[in-house]
Amino acid sequence: MSDLQNEVAELERKSATATRLFDIRRIIGGLFGLYGVIVTIAGITASDADLKKAENININLWTGIGMLALGLFFLGWVWLRPAVPPAAAELAPAGDEPPAH
Amino acid sequence: MTTLAEGLRLPTNGLDYTLLALYFVVVLGIGFAARRSVKTSLDFFLSGRSLPAWVTGLAFVAANLGATEILGMAATGAQYGVAVVHWYWIGAIPAMVFLGLVMMPFYYRSKVRSVPEFLLQRFDRSAHLLSSVLFAFAAILIAGVNLYALSIVVEALLGWPQWVAIVVAGLFVLAYITIGGLSSAIYNEVLQFFVILAALIPLCVIGLKRVGGWGGLSNSLEASHGPNFLTAWGGTGIGDANPLGANWLTIILGLGFVLSFGYWTTNFAEVQRALSAKNLSAAQRTPLIGAFPKMFIVFLVMIPGLVAAVLVPKIGTAGSGLTYNDAIPYLMQELLPNGVLGIAVTGLLAAFMAGMAANVSSFNTVFTYDIWARYVKPGRPDGYYLRFGRLITAIGVLASIGTAFIASSFSNIMGYLQTLFSFFNVPMFVVFIIGMFWKRASMKSGVWGLIAGTTAAMVNYFWIYKQGIIAIPTDQGANFVSAIVGFVAGAVVMVVVTLFTAPKPAAELAGLVYGTTAPGLEEPSPSSPLRSSGGDPIAEGDDAWYRRPALLGWGAIVLAAACYLPYSL
Repeated sequence: MSDLQNEVAELERKSATATRLFDIRRIIGGLFGLYGVIVTIAGITASDADLKKAENININLWTGIGMLALGLFFLGWVWLRPAVPPAAAELAPAGDEPPAH
Repeated sequence: MTTLAEGLRLPTNGLDYTLLALYFVVVLGIGFAARRSVKTSLDFFLSGRSLPAWVTGLAFVAANLGATEILGMAATGAQYGVAVVHWYWIGAIPAMVFLGLVMMPFYYRSKVRSVPEFLLQRFDRSAHLLSSVLFAFAAILIAGVNLYALSIVVEALLGWPQWVAIVVAGLFVLAYITIGGLSSAIYNEVLQFFVILAALIPLCVIGLKRVGGWGGLSNSLEASHGPNFLTAWGGTGIGDANPLGANWLTIILGLGFVLSFGYWTTNFAEVQRALSAKNLSAAQRTPLIGAFPKMFIVFLVMIPGLVAAVLVPKIGTAGSGLTYNDAIPYLMQELLPNGVLGIAVTGLLAAFMAGMAANVSSFNTVFTYDIWARYVKPGRPDGYYLRFGRLITAIGVLASIGTAFIASSFSNIMGYLQTLFSFFNVPMFVVFIIGMFWKRASMKSGVWGLIAGTTAAMVNYFWIYKQGIIAIPTDQGANFVSAIVGFVAGAVVMVVVTLFTAPKPAAELAGLVYGTTAPGLEEPSPSSPLRSSGGDPIAEGDDAWYRRPALLGWGAIVLAAACYLPYSL
């Protein structure tokens, strides 16, 4: 392997992202859940002027429900398939073997 | 350059600002939460090459889905009609598939950390230094232009003074990238992707209802703009006149082949997202997963553009008071009630910031790894480059804030510079493609291909077209032709230079050129006995049919071709 490949392989072994970076699915789920609730409430309490502006579609209600569904989808995904910490073999300091990825 | 008409102030209220403020809190939160994962420079610049494919794939799309793209493509829709689909279905999709299926194995396996670094491995230092320096300049310039465009939109829509918007947005980007590195940029791009969808889908739904559905929309537009406005290829025969100013041949070769391949396969702000994926399979799938949302996003920008063309038939002319770029902000003002309006404003601001962040997070990588660590201070411990990376990120953001202020006084010069840099993308693709597929291409041919291609494209655009030596109807059409000229010139010069100069030693080409294998990289993975069809070790689960790169890639091509059918027959 070239110098560059050795250097990057070494950095990959020391890298902490795989083990310590949080799961973005929770953040998407949380933000869209919250957005969904807020916008759905705005839809339930929509004024006649709001409805008229949006061509008589209660767009806040539908968008709110949609965002809530997306938020729940991501939270459900985390719940069903939680992030798996990398296998021990991949974390162990590699000897002569090249890294798995 | 984005400019918005007066009188587009949105009726935002406390609810909208609450939604916006929540987003800004989450953006910063992601930055701080990602901090603990940054231990090495590779974590900071490439997320330790460890992210899953769906994350990098959505970030790949979102990095390009800046607000200049959203407003600009809606403007193209309002101006040229359905022809805007070419930028997506023949432009982006084939190039993204080519990147994933053909080029990514060379990029990812060679372990290069940036696009210029590949040129260093394949060619020589002169090609490397030239592309690194030009990329670094262009990235800061584009980040600054993005920031300036943001300030114009924010001033028009929310009434904040321009300098406030520039400083606030700049400092937010500075904070979350300096702290959390690329992971923070990518995570925010994924979030931004969904917020943009939540902003554009309601706008399309109400917009379509306003003009009587797709049927009502087509009837109005056929009456006002003629039948070709609603077809993809109508009026693009060679010699026919059409508003795009391009025929089918220049669209396919110039836009589809050269320009789009140049942008999607060699622009480091995009490729970086794929290089941060956790293994070769995930890196290949990054642009392929991105291709599917990409081909449908065109509807979300085209429909507002077309609806605006119905509601304001004179849009883009002096009489209407609206420019083409106003299409989406105008519909937001007309159609969205508070609540969804707040989501839409958040989506636009998020898109501006992500567009800027993508440029800053690729700039810092190239500046640190390719310029500083290679030519200025080589051989320091990794911790030094991590600290330097954080410093140069801050400097880069401050420089783009400065660029934004310069742009606000000299916007013509900025537009000119942007055109100038755009011509550099064209020969990058020819140099890569010849470099990856022709072992004999010599060390020196890289830099000469870059110089010749750029020069030829510029000469064609600024002299032959602008001076009227050959008549091409529009800037857009001239752009396509210049790209083809630059490509051909770059290829010819590379071949000629190769014939007279020394090839790169075969041992140094291992893994970089088609038909070579990199020693040590093809060995079995200790954790998984699985192999791809190409013989590469693949991770558990990546052998599932829906994760096979070839299926995803060809699926995207077939689907994009099928999308053309309703607009071609």
